[in-house]
Order: sequence, then structure tokens, then C-alpha cells
Amino acid sequence: MMTDTTTTPVPDLVTPSWDYAPAPEARGIATIREHYGLFIGGEFVDPASDASFATISPSTEEHLAEVALADATDVDRAVAAARKAAKGWQKLSGAQRGKYLYRLARLLQERAREFAVLESIDNGKPIRETRDGDVPTAAAFLFYHAGWADKLDHAGLGPDPRPLGVAGQVIPWNFPLLMLSWKIAPALATGNTVVIKPAETTPLTALLFAELCQQADLPPGVVNIVTGAGETGAAIVAHDDVDKVAFTGSTAVGKAIQRELAGTRKRLTLELGGKAANIVYDDAPIDQAVEGIVDGIFFNQGHVCCAGSRLLVQESIHDEVVDRLKARLQTLRLGDPLDKNTDIGAINSAQQLERITTLTDTGEAEGAERWSPDCELPDQGFWFRPTVFTNVAQAARIATEEIFGPVLSVLTFRTPDEAVAKANNTAYGLSAGIWTDKGSRILWTADRLKAGVVWANTFNRFDPTSPFGGYKESGFGREGGRHGLAAYLAASDDVEVSR
Amino acid sequence: MSDRLDVRRTAKLYLGGKFPRSESGRTYEVEAADGRFLANAALASRKDVRDAVGAARKAQPGWAGATAYNRGQVLYRVAEMLEGRRVQFAHELVDAEGCKPKEAAAQVDAAIDRWVWYAGWSDKFHQVDGGLNPVAGPYFNLSVPEPTGVVGAIAPQGSSLLGLVAVLAPIIVSGNTVVVVTSRERPLPAVSLGEVLATSDVPGGVVNILTGDAEELAPILAGHLDVNALDLTGCAGTDTTELEVLAAENVKRVVRPPAEEPSFEPVPAGPRRILAFCETKTVWHPKGT
Repeated sequence: MMTDTTTTPVPDLVTPSWDYAPAPEARGIATIREHYGLFIGGEFVDPASDASFATISPSTEEHLAEVALADATDVDRAVAAARKAAKGWQKLSGAQRGKYLYRLARLLQERAREFAVLESIDNGKPIRETRDGDVPTAAAFLFYHAGWADKLDHAGLGPDPRPLGVAGQVIPWNFPLLMLSWKIAPALATGNTVVIKPAETTPLTALLFAELCQQADLPPGVVNIVTGAGETGAAIVAHDDVDKVAFTGSTAVGKAIQRELAGTRKRLTLELGGKAANIVYDDAPIDQAVEGIVDGIFFNQGHVCCAGSRLLVQESIHDEVVDRLKARLQTLRLGDPLDKNTDIGAINSAQQLERITTLTDTGEAEGAERWSPDCELPDQGFWFRPTVFTNVAQAARIATEEIFGPVLSVLTFRTPDEAVAKANNTAYGLSAGIWTDKGSRILWTADRLKAGVVWANTFNRFDPTSPFGGYKESGFGREGGRHGLAAYLAASDDVEVSR
Repeated sequence: MSDRLDVRRTAKLYLGGKFPRSESGRTYEVEAADGRFLANAALASRKDVRDAVGAARKAQPGWAGATAYNRGQVLYRVAEMLEGRRVQFAHELVDAEGCKPKEAAAQVDAAIDRWVWYAGWSDKFHQVDGGLNPVAGPYFNLSVPEPTGVVGAIAPQGSSLLGLVAVLAPIIVSGNTVVVVTSRERPLPAVSLGEVLATSDVPGGVVNILTGDAEELAPILAGHLDVNALDLTGCAGTDTTELEVLAAENVKRVVRPPAEEPSFEPVPAGPRRILAFCETKTVWHPKGT
């Protein structure tokens, strides 16, 4: 007979508490110098004005280093170094140029953990992402393009295409090393030399990459790295001796650059903002879709131009998807970027945190319903809880403007036609997602989406062989694959179709 | 000799598949190369540009949604219709460009052959430009070129038929629709081409032809926020800074003008002019059981 009436509580296996002990990655592998100069002509040099700026850790606000602030004189010096190097670099055989790129790829792989740790410290993104995403993908871009250097006759521009000369490149803070690799690898493979400016909040991995250029014995001046903010970038873009400009960043700055280059012969590629629709049809595998939604908008704190920031759910499954999404978000771990269990790291800067805060406040003001999981935010640093808005109107600012943060807007649709119409109802056109088990519906939808990259039953995948870039105000030109080479080459045999 | 008076044609716009006069009521005198009066052409206005862009936008999804085979047949049909009017176009070119009859006939033949050449590309450039990307993971990954949308084009000022065709055909073959501003001084071959297009199974609104002054109309096209790309080939040798500044407002794809108007006679080396008005779309899907 049972006499004991007390029962042991059954553990809730559906929503466990997921307590983890701290598992920090060793920080000592990355050495941070007190001061960094500019990397011009193969060596670190002091800027003309001796001005500098601080880079800090966004997760702790700790001062990391003083970095040289390049002005127009320094940019001029860097462009001159790139111009001087261009002749010799172009004269090298493609095979030789390729070997330098292979060296860079291998050097980056060898020092991958060091780069991953440094990136997490300077950017605030989780070590899981830098270790498994940013750094290996950056190395893969170098390795992929190395192989193109002696095969440019097959780039699609006819025999013997010409390099453009000196490329001026300006990159953002969300994937500092990866974007550097996306820019430098195709430029060098095609015989161009570069002047590149990393973002002012994340200069450290670019400056560490300069060491790889030295270790690889890359000819001086082929890669020049100048640090600074908007004015430094503007000096590169406006420089008369720059032949090509490649920019990744906001649509507003992209438009300003396109205006600046109007009437010149400089070539331009732009990879700008986005407001991607992630469409979930009623027959989607919901658990997979929820993982994809999370990956789509909360990866890299939502600091992703192709983030799936507008969730379009078929009306009949709206409640189920939102409930499961909320349950999943409760399990995300926010905190120390160097902890191997961390899912959500720090917002990159106080300025970006301010922008996210302002835009999300308008979400509530415009009548959307706001929800975030309970999670504690660290006392120091810049942090924002993963946030989901439901009942969002199509015209709301949070449904039309790029927030560039961990904020998801949920909208609904009834028919596939309505899904496509709403997805395309944006000035942007960088990416989109489709979730359904029906193959014909995937292809029908993909055909109609005005987006450069369409992820079906997956999201946020990147590969050096796969062209990436946008429609409409998300920019023009592609990066990656054979298509990406065209941004750095001119055909030698055709009527100029210069774009 | 007959003393019959010839029946002259009213030169109108070609807009949305119809032949309206300019809504502004404006016309301008078109003269032959030797100074003879030829016609009063419509002097298209800002509102005509707006209407033409509206017609082009409306026609775009249907044209892009047609099969590539179908678009190829339509472009080939244009060549067939032009072939039947070789004599008419040669006369018009002698008048417009002041060239010798033999040279005019060669230009007309080259224009016809250019339509045939682009007709053949309709279902081929996708494979030449696109394909499977061997990504490092269990994914199917495909890139294909797609039309960018509505294109604004300035037709060459000199080569009034071949130059026009060399600009138009590569824009529309992929599924774009176009608003084209003709040569100001030599608009009549373009007017006649509109009549050919209207009888060639080209859906209304796919090609919209505005006669008039590119200096007046180009800034309107360049600044129009529902135009996706701008072809400035017809602005050869001019400063297009202002147009390119306007184009940046919605990040238009801009094909810049050459330093001087090229000979359009050589057949292009490849489909690059088609691809200048295309977007590469990349689609990913996981592989699994």
C-alpha cells in the first residue's frame, strides 16, 4: 500500500532552466598593443597629425587601444603606396598572386583562434560565432579567390580582362574581419591593390591582418590599412587616384558615395541595408522554422544587413509560431562574448544601442505589442534583450526601417500572393527567407521575391562560391563566386558597359 | 508620273501600347539632314515620362513572367516585321542621317540582325551567367540572372535605328520593360519602330518610346523613384554628373555613357549588355533525407 502522499516533482523537460557554468575562452591568446599606427607600404607608420581614437570592448566598456586617426594626407600616402605597388602586382603572373593569397588563407587558419578571440573582444559578438563563422569563412574567401588569380580568362569578361588599379574599400563593424576578406580577396586575385578602412569601432582584427601580410611577404603597398571614421572613408572615396570604390554599410552612406562618384570614371559596388522578409507558410516544419527565425534575426545581435527582420507568418499558424518562438528565446544565453555558451553578445556601440532603443520605442508608440524574454543584462557594456513585436502594421517604422539589432517584427498574411506582395513592399532587396515543405511553393515564391539572396528552409548561410548582394536600395554588384570578380575587372574586348 | 498627294503620317509617342500625342500638346519640327521639313514630332513632357514609367511598371511582371522561349519568339517577330519594312526604314535613314542609300540599307539590315541575335540570347544567357555554386555544406545553391525591373534609356543621338535597337533589345530580352527617349534630331525611325513593335506581339508597355529632348527628359527619368536602372549610352560625350546624382536617390544601376558614340555595327562579344540590366539572384536549400 502507498502511504507516502508526497510526490517527487517531475522535471519539466520541455522548458528546462539550462543553467550553465561559465566557460570562457582564454583571452591571453590575443595580444593587444597600446597603440596602433597605419599600415601603409608594408609597415606600420604614424599618422601625419598624430591624432588617434580609442577602441573599446562593447561588452565591458574597457579601453582596449589607441588607434591612429588617418586624415586626407594619410589617405593620400596610402593611395600613393597602392598605386606604386600596382604595377608590380599586375605584372606578377596570376599563379604568383594566387600563391600570396593561399599564404594569407593559411596564415589566417593557423592563427584562427587568436583572430576569433580578438574579434569577440573588439566587436562584442559571441566567440561561438567568431570561432565557427567569421574567421573560418574569412579564410575560405581568401583560399577560394587565390584559385581564381590565374583563371581570370574564365571570369565571364572575355579573354585577358584588366584589373582596375587601386581599389578604395570601406567596411562595416558587424563582421570586421570577414568583410575585410570579402573585399581584399577578390581585389588582389584580380590584380588590384587596395586601401581599406575598417570601421572605427572594430579596427583591431584588420590591424592584426596587417601582420599576416608581413608574414606572407606580400609586396609592400598591395594592401594598405587606414583607420578612422567617416571622414577617413570619405577621403578614400573622393581620392582622384582611386579607380574603384567598394562599400559595405548603410544605404544613406551608399547613396552619398554614389552621388560623390557621379560623373567620374570610378567603378562602384555597394552592399547596403536590408529589411528581409522571412516567410513562414502554414505547412512549414515549425521547429525548423523557429530555429531559422532565431538564426535569421538574433545571429550576431541582429547586426546583419541580410537579417530576417520581418517575419511574415501565415495567419492560421501565427499563434503557434509566436508561442514556440518565445519559448525558444527564453533559452538563449546573453552575456560575456568570450563565454563559449553565449548566444547573444553585446551591441557594438553606445551609438547603435541608442538607435535600436529609439526605433523600438517607436514600435510601441505605433501600437505594436512588445515582448522580450526575462534575462539579466550585465551592468557594464552595451546590451539589448532579444525583442519580438507582434501586431505590427506594414507601414510602422519597425516594419520598414533597418534596425540593425536583435528586434523582430511579426506580420501575417493569408495567401501566397499576399506574402510575396508584403515581402517585396520595401525599398530594400538584399535577402529573404521561405519556410514550407512544398517544393513547388518554394520555387514559385523564390521566383517572385525581389531579393539577391533567397534562403529556403534555412537562413543566413554564406559561402565564398555563392554570390551575395542586393536588389533595389540594398545596392549593386555581387561579392563571392565568379560574379564577384566582375567588380574588380574591365573587359578588354568589348564595348564598355560600365556600371 | 502621278500627281497624287502623299498621305503623311502624324508622328506620335508610343506609350503603353498606344500612340498618344504628348499630353502637353507640344510638338517640334523635325527636319531631314538636308533641311527639308519632315514632320511635327511630339515633344514629350514630364507627365509623359510619368505615364510611360507607369505603363512600363504595369507591364513588367507579365513580360518577365513569360517564358524565355516566348520572349525570344517575340523579339524574333520584331525582326520579321522589320524585314518587311526594310525599304521604308532605309528611306527614313537617308532622310534622318543623310547617309547614302546603300549605307542606310546596311544599317537597317544590321538592326534586323541585332534583333535576331538578341532573340537567340533570351533562353541562353542564364546558363552562361548563372549556375550551381559548389558551397561547402549540404545545400543546393543556384545563382541566376533576373531582370532588374523598369529601365530608363537615352537612345543614341546619331544612330537613330541601329543604335536604338542596340540599346533596346538587350534591355527587354531578359524581361525588363523600358522607357526610351529618342534622338532629338532624328526621332522618326524610332516612331516607325514603335509601329513595328505594336504589330510584333510585344505586349503594350514593354517598350515606351518618347520623342523629344533628352536634356529635358533625362533628369526626370534619372530622378524617378520607380525606375530601377538608367542606360546613358545615348548621352555619349556629355557630362552626366547631374543625372548620376539624381540616379543615386534610389540606388539606380547606371550604364555610363561612352566618351563618344560608338559604331553599333560590330555584334557584341557577349551578353554583357543584357547582364548590365540583370540582378543575380542566389537561392539556397538544404539537402537531406
